[in-house]
Amino acid sequence: MTQEFTGAEIVIRALKEQGVEVIFGYPGGAVLPIYDALFQDDQIRHVLVRHEQGAVHAAEGYARSTGKPGVVLVTSGPGATNAVTGITDALMDSIPIIVLTGQVPTHLIGSDAFQECDTVGITRPCTKHNYLVKRAEDLARVMHEAFYVATTGRPGPVVIDIPKDVQFKKAAYTGKANVSHRTYRPQTKGDLKRIKEAVELMASARKPVFYTGGGVINAGPRASKLLRELVRLTGFPITSTLMGLGAYPASDRQWLGMLGMHGTYEANLAMHRCDVMINIGARFDDRVTGRLDAFSPSSKKIHVDIDPSSINKTVRADIAVIGDAAEVLADMIAVWKSGRKEAEPQALAQWWKQIDTWRARKSLSYKKSDTVIKPQFAIERLYTLTRGRKTFVSTEVGQHQMWAAQHFHFEEPNRWMTSGGLGTMGYGLPAAVGIQMAHPDALVIDIAGEASVQMTMQEMSTAVQYDLPIKIFILNNQYMGMVRQWQQLLHGGRYSHSYSEALPDFVRLAEAYGCVGLRASTPGELDAKIEEMISIKRPVLFDCVVDPNENCLPMIPSGKAHDEMILPDMVDAPTVSEEGKVLV
Amino acid sequence: MSQQPGSAYFLVDARAREIRTTLAVIVDNEPGVLARVVGLFSGRGYNIESLTVAETDHIGHTSRITIVTSGTVEIIEQIKAQIGRLIPVHRVIDLSLDKPGIEREMALVKVAGSGDKRVEALRVSEAFRARVIDTTHSSFVFEITGAPEKIDAFVDLMKPLGLVEVSRTGVVAISRGAEAM
Repeated sequence: MTQEFTGAEIVIRALKEQGVEVIFGYPGGAVLPIYDALFQDDQIRHVLVRHEQGAVHAAEGYARSTGKPGVVLVTSGPGATNAVTGITDALMDSIPIIVLTGQVPTHLIGSDAFQECDTVGITRPCTKHNYLVKRAEDLARVMHEAFYVATTGRPGPVVIDIPKDVQFKKAAYTGKANVSHRTYRPQTKGDLKRIKEAVELMASARKPVFYTGGGVINAGPRASKLLRELVRLTGFPITSTLMGLGAYPASDRQWLGMLGMHGTYEANLAMHRCDVMINIGARFDDRVTGRLDAFSPSSKKIHVDIDPSSINKTVRADIAVIGDAAEVLADMIAVWKSGRKEAEPQALAQWWKQIDTWRARKSLSYKKSDTVIKPQFAIERLYTLTRGRKTFVSTEVGQHQMWAAQHFHFEEPNRWMTSGGLGTMGYGLPAAVGIQMAHPDALVIDIAGEASVQMTMQEMSTAVQYDLPIKIFILNNQYMGMVRQWQQLLHGGRYSHSYSEALPDFVRLAEAYGCVGLRASTPGELDAKIEEMISIKRPVLFDCVVDPNENCLPMIPSGKAHDEMILPDMVDAPTVSEEGKVLV
Repeated sequence: MSQQPGSAYFLVDARAREIRTTLAVIVDNEPGVLARVVGLFSGRGYNIESLTVAETDHIGHTSRITIVTSGTVEIIEQIKAQIGRLIPVHRVIDLSLDKPGIEREMALVKVAGSGDKRVEALRVSEAFRARVIDTTHSSFVFEITGAPEKIDAFVDLMKPLGLVEVSRTGVVAISRGAEAM
């Protein structure tokens, strides 16, 4: 007779077989059997968060910084609903995570039992896939399927809802090797005919630009390597989305900086004026395209994406290649090399000359100050003083996030964790917890805003419990800065409820959590305080008091095109059309 | 601003270019699969004009969902890609744009009346090749099969003759010719 295990034991066995080392979770009535099995296991480490949303963001940070799936364990009802924000965040940013939720016993499902909610119903639209496991015999198969679904193709979150009686019931265990999915076979190899057409088009380009996204990061370090090779081989300029930063080194001459709403002038104008656009693993997000009917009007577009639904969703592709970024890049390089392709050197030189004139506008410049800390200056100093270290950066959402993307430069993939698609304030601190769990010796910094960070501040307690020396670098401008900026630009400076009148004293708050609080209020003391922060081997809350009225520029206002940017040296307040006002 | 072919969609006049299409979707018959498909339509703002679903392979446990939807060609391409992205979906076939198909729908139509109207209802039903499947001295239930337009026409004709109630299956469709889809 085959050996039988309880459902809870099957969960732990499957996690171990999948190579899971860390899980993030919060116990409760409906997951107690799994927590009991976890108690009796000495391999998997469990990180007790303070709120289930924090568990999911931590798992996202873990996943994005390692390339491995993150795992979350929470209870039924409120445990599951609290996780929904994080799950949606992972869906929007294509992060592979497995969320195990407890459920009331099968015979109570549908009876409005204590801590019951329709978890699979609630999470259906915010997961890549989800399961309710009603029989212990199905549990091992579902666990392995879930890892397969979450990590292959376009990655995403998978929820497994496990009723409490199933956790107690005994069943045989099925190994990973014996499970194959009935229907799901994502295409990873691109169509070679299309790839050849794409390379042909690239070679004929006079004003080309690479536009790359999170898909290159998700395709693993090999994809970043291949991207660098192809970009250097062609000599084309390259820009990346917020999610794609780090795939190409920011210090390289061919790098134009990030594009989009707060991207650089040179990146956006190169997109606007190019004749061939090579999109690899990006999805023409509205933050990137701006006004769609004026988006890159005279270019032919190549779109490489693993998700067929990304093709022609908002922008029509002239040549579409469905496949994994690394596979397609490798084929592109091979075709380029074998055909001894070269874009017309004179045209390319002319194009670079044009780009250099845009670069000369120095769109990321700002007015320096001797008396107040400019937020951009704070990021610049943070970047300079941490350079050369193994540094990972997460962010919250808002002005500080954009400043971090503009002024902190990344040379490697998987070093930059941010909430792009969903724009979740409160992402960065718990993400830093997850990153530090994966990289105990690295310097992990959450570049935060004082408003965002308070949404998941309780996770400082987690950092203290597990001795995770995360650095929370708060650009404190007392406002929800991006809201304030939009109110200034769009709503006549009526700052409706965007000012936090009662902020905690972050230094004393840090002390209350049992970690270290630091404050810098003047540019003169900033460097010393940042160096002190880096030297402390404990969690730090850094209250960086910055200019409250600084706006995040450059900016493409809503409803405008790439060539209608507001630059820092423009004096007049920009105008936003009536059409633009209704956009987000 | 001039329109740029090969670049971006012009979002104006989208309605004017709407077409109707019939999709056949083969899915694993597992709990929640219909909710996934229907939720995708409501979540992304697509139309469902008709929907039918039944298990068509009892051994392989796959179901066939037939959806009639409408939208611009671009939206319909997006609908197909989004359905194809759902994990339990085996295939999505467009029986209007990609492969020519035939469509049929069945309706049960209850008509109550007496005298001339009753005679007329029966006469019309014969013209439409509807079958009487239930009768009392004052009512008929007709079973009618055909393209949706034929059923519409039949129902319209029954209105002045004492139409009481209509139940329709929604469209089922299959491709023409010898080949399986």
